[in-house]
Amino acid sequence: MTVQRFSVLVPLAWLLVFFLTPFILIAIISLADPIAAQPPYTPVFTLDHGVPGFHGDLGKYDYLFGQSLYIKAFKGSLRIATIATFLCLLVAYPMAYVIARSDEKIRPMLLMGVVLPFWTSFLIRIYAWIGLLSDNGIISKTLMSIGLLHEPLHVMRTDSAVFIGVVYAYLPFMILPLYSTLERMDWRLLDAAADLGARPIESFFKITLPLSLPGIFAGCLLVFIPVTGEFVIPELLGGPDTLMIGKVLWEEFFTRRDWPAASALAVLLVLALLPAIIGLQTAQRAADGDA
Amino acid sequence: MSWRKIALMSVLGFGFAFLYLPILILIIYSFNDGRLVTVWAGFSFKWYGVLFRNGALLDAAFLSLRLAAISGVLAALLGTLAGLALGRAGKYPGRNLFNALVAGPLVLPDVLLGISMLMLFVFLEGWIGWPPQRGAMTIVLAHTTFGLCYVALIVQARLVGLNGQLEEAAMDLGAPPFKTLMVITVPMLAPAIISGFLLAFTLSLDDLVIASFVTGPGATTLPMKVFSQARLGVKPEINALATILISIVTTIAIVGAVLAARPQKSGKGG
Repeated sequence: MTVQRFSVLVPLAWLLVFFLTPFILIAIISLADPIAAQPPYTPVFTLDHGVPGFHGDLGKYDYLFGQSLYIKAFKGSLRIATIATFLCLLVAYPMAYVIARSDEKIRPMLLMGVVLPFWTSFLIRIYAWIGLLSDNGIISKTLMSIGLLHEPLHVMRTDSAVFIGVVYAYLPFMILPLYSTLERMDWRLLDAAADLGARPIESFFKITLPLSLPGIFAGCLLVFIPVTGEFVIPELLGGPDTLMIGKVLWEEFFTRRDWPAASALAVLLVLALLPAIIGLQTAQRAADGDA
Repeated sequence: MSWRKIALMSVLGFGFAFLYLPILILIIYSFNDGRLVTVWAGFSFKWYGVLFRNGALLDAAFLSLRLAAISGVLAALLGTLAGLALGRAGKYPGRNLFNALVAGPLVLPDVLLGISMLMLFVFLEGWIGWPPQRGAMTIVLAHTTFGLCYVALIVQARLVGLNGQLEEAAMDLGAPPFKTLMVITVPMLAPAIISGFLLAFTLSLDDLVIASFVTGPGATTLPMKVFSQARLGVKPEINALATILISIVTTIAIVGAVLAARPQKSGKGG
């Protein structure tokens, strides 16, 4: 039918041009060399008097793998994203659980309360933590005035501040998929387990947790993938030791103006995230199959 | 109240305090009379005055609002089509590719979307001379691209909740497919389309990373201004700006959420 074909073709064409082609282009430009010209990289494919030529090489990749900075940045990103995702899960799970078990009438309001901060500016939400976490910030001063701390807090410009920022900014992405699996759970299973003598903690680990695994999986990937490439949080809250690939890519591009190196880093980041992306796609397809 | 209930309530209490206290404190300190953002020196609107005399910041704010409105409308149009394709087009070749393309911009890190789209614009400029220069136009194209994916998701979610009976009835009565779409499907989807537009609008208004990559000389958006200030530490006038933005966006979000959650008139089938 023509309407349906139109509804596929127009957005498909848009996404092919503005989303897929750009990724092919960075893969090509990552094979070039930087030059002082506009655009600032050497042509990879040329057409000289009708003779096509190819001038790309893997030199940039060779260079990136030879520099410990980039290796460290990749490791740092994966480490920070893994820890932050786990912390996010620890905070989000109890919240999703309580919301899923609350009265049906107040559930939409609670969910709205979780989603609302997602609408308010990401940048401003991260900015808010600068004033809270700095050494003479509000948290530090409050803790000192009630005698819990005797010297100023040193959290700002450390990895801990990055973790707090990530958990804060990405919490809704974790809570929502957790909630949607927990909400579908048959709670009578817990009553049955209790009748059979299981303690609450036992039925949690044997029933609730396994049944909510699809939500945990989806939520963790939804947080892990964007956090691995995060730029704003490590830049504003992290310290000079907080090496993350998003920050390095930004500096390579804006400060050193090495477009081929930045492109090569982007290609490597896509490759590093590919298993997680495929995992998320598979999980979503499985969830669609359930519906 | 049982211990269990108290424990559950305190989880929610702490959770929501964590989500809302930082924003609340930011808002409170925007009314602080002193220059230090950690010492309360009395109530004042002083920083709002300072903010409204900052011409560069206001210019950036108006540019961002304009770009958000344009890319929001484009994203709503394309995203509605994409949502219909996801929800109603059945099986067709390339369906998995299409699903992956719609999901991609939602999860991929911003730096990847930013740098790759910049490379596209540079390539197109060298190849066909369009877009003639980078700036407002390229930001709109980039924001439309990720905005449409969010709209598609919201529209698809609402389509799942609607049954196709009204559309089938219209077609049985002889309505051509395009008329059925415009008279039956789109009005039923209107709340989802509007809330999708609002989300695309606020995400565009908020985007720092992608816009920084694809912009050119002359197009400085509000997040770029806020970011360059935030790098230097907390400034009271940024708190004032943040308070205004939060008020606008919260209003938009509540309208959007109310529209999206409004009970659907045609009930679920079966």
